[in-house]
Amino acid sequence: MIDKQVPTPAEAVADIGDGAAVMIGGFGEAGSPIELIHALIDQGASGLTVVNNNAGSGEVGLAALLKSGQVSKLICSFPKSAGSSVFPELYRDGRIELELVPQGTLAERIRAGGAGIPAFFTPTTVGTSLEEGKERRTFDGRDYVMELGLTADFALIRCSHADCHGNLVYNKTARNFGPIMATAASTTVAQAANIVVVGELDPEVVVTPGIFVDRVVQVENPAHESDLVARGEVYP
Amino acid sequence: MTSPEESVGWSREEMAQRAARDIENGSYVNLGIGIPERVAKYVPEGREVIYHTENGLLGMGPAPESDEGDPELINAGKRRVTAVPGASYFHHADSFVMIRGGHIDVCVLGAMQVSESGDLANWSTGEPDAVPAVGGAMDLVAGVGSVRVITQHCTKNGDPKLVEACSFPLTGPAVVNRIYTDLAVIDIGPEGFQLVELAPGVDFEYVRERTGASLAIIDGHWR
Repeated sequence: MIDKQVPTPAEAVADIGDGAAVMIGGFGEAGSPIELIHALIDQGASGLTVVNNNAGSGEVGLAALLKSGQVSKLICSFPKSAGSSVFPELYRDGRIELELVPQGTLAERIRAGGAGIPAFFTPTTVGTSLEEGKERRTFDGRDYVMELGLTADFALIRCSHADCHGNLVYNKTARNFGPIMATAASTTVAQAANIVVVGELDPEVVVTPGIFVDRVVQVENPAHESDLVARGEVYP
Repeated sequence: MTSPEESVGWSREEMAQRAARDIENGSYVNLGIGIPERVAKYVPEGREVIYHTENGLLGMGPAPESDEGDPELINAGKRRVTAVPGASYFHHADSFVMIRGGHIDVCVLGAMQVSESGDLANWSTGEPDAVPAVGGAMDLVAGVGSVRVITQHCTKNGDPKLVEACSFPLTGPAVVNRIYTDLAVIDIGPEGFQLVELAPGVDFEYVRERTGASLAIIDGHWR
């Protein structure tokens, strides 16, 4: 029997080791697997490379993980957010490395990584400072830069429904990076508000097929980052 | 240089209204954060326009009536929005397939500087201690068919934002098609800035003095 369900977030992230590359889903708070991130803080792995579109807000979730000092490098498109000084302080103090990647290039690098494609050419960044150090080629008279596919040891993502085969369905714009990150990591961990019996999810509406998911953990009432920030909460 | 003259020309709302007049019926449109977002509410009645937000929604509607909404239904500015009937959700790679693949017809963005050849600078001052953040701006200008900019004609210090060459780092070279400022509507033509329309009460000399490159008048303003 295939049963990918794990009892707790702590068990779901227990084997993330020092120096691991970890993709973390979410665009801002939407889709942020906040309970898995907090479990990773409790677990204490260090020297992590984290891939996320942003850099968190307040001092919970991703911002708290950065503040804990466990992250040595962030691969990101927009590491600014209202109400968080965590990343700017680390960055200005030289305590974290930033690889700045345009949002669409970040998404396509992850998609390519998951699809077994090591590199691709995109028009994005041609003629800008972010093109520096990249190979440029011309196709049909237009210039493109080469970007590398991106993979990771782990992906931590959040969805609304999962079954024990790892089939996932998301909620609205919380889908964002979840489906592509699931494909690009050696081990994908999904937290789901609801875990349903196999067969209950209509195959026509499954967004992430279970082959891309290794562990599912139920978090029945997941926190919303904006609620925690509004209450002034700090993790841990 | 000149001081800020808030009372001259179009207000921010009027700039958004003017930009909205040019949004064609049936188009797929991505609006940037800030003044560009306001374009949606001024698109003339009788035109159906589908709004894309790059975090994964086609068919974005206005903010929810109450403060409630769903924290998992947000726009690219991370504010809560609604989805209109006929909307769809998708992951980030598909969202940028729409952008980079040329499927979005129009985007409207803010600007720090625009050059006479249509170079856009809107993501970084280039200062060494600034935290760099680019988001989807470079993808939008690389892939969207018509790139339009809404910006004040001059900075708060009175320096022109329409210039011969951008001093700030580029978002993309030769990408801008049309600019809506508080003073005028200006196209990027083969020879640089071309006046399309003046704001009420503003004359050509006034705009030219505040433009950091040559400004031409072309007969027949629609390209």
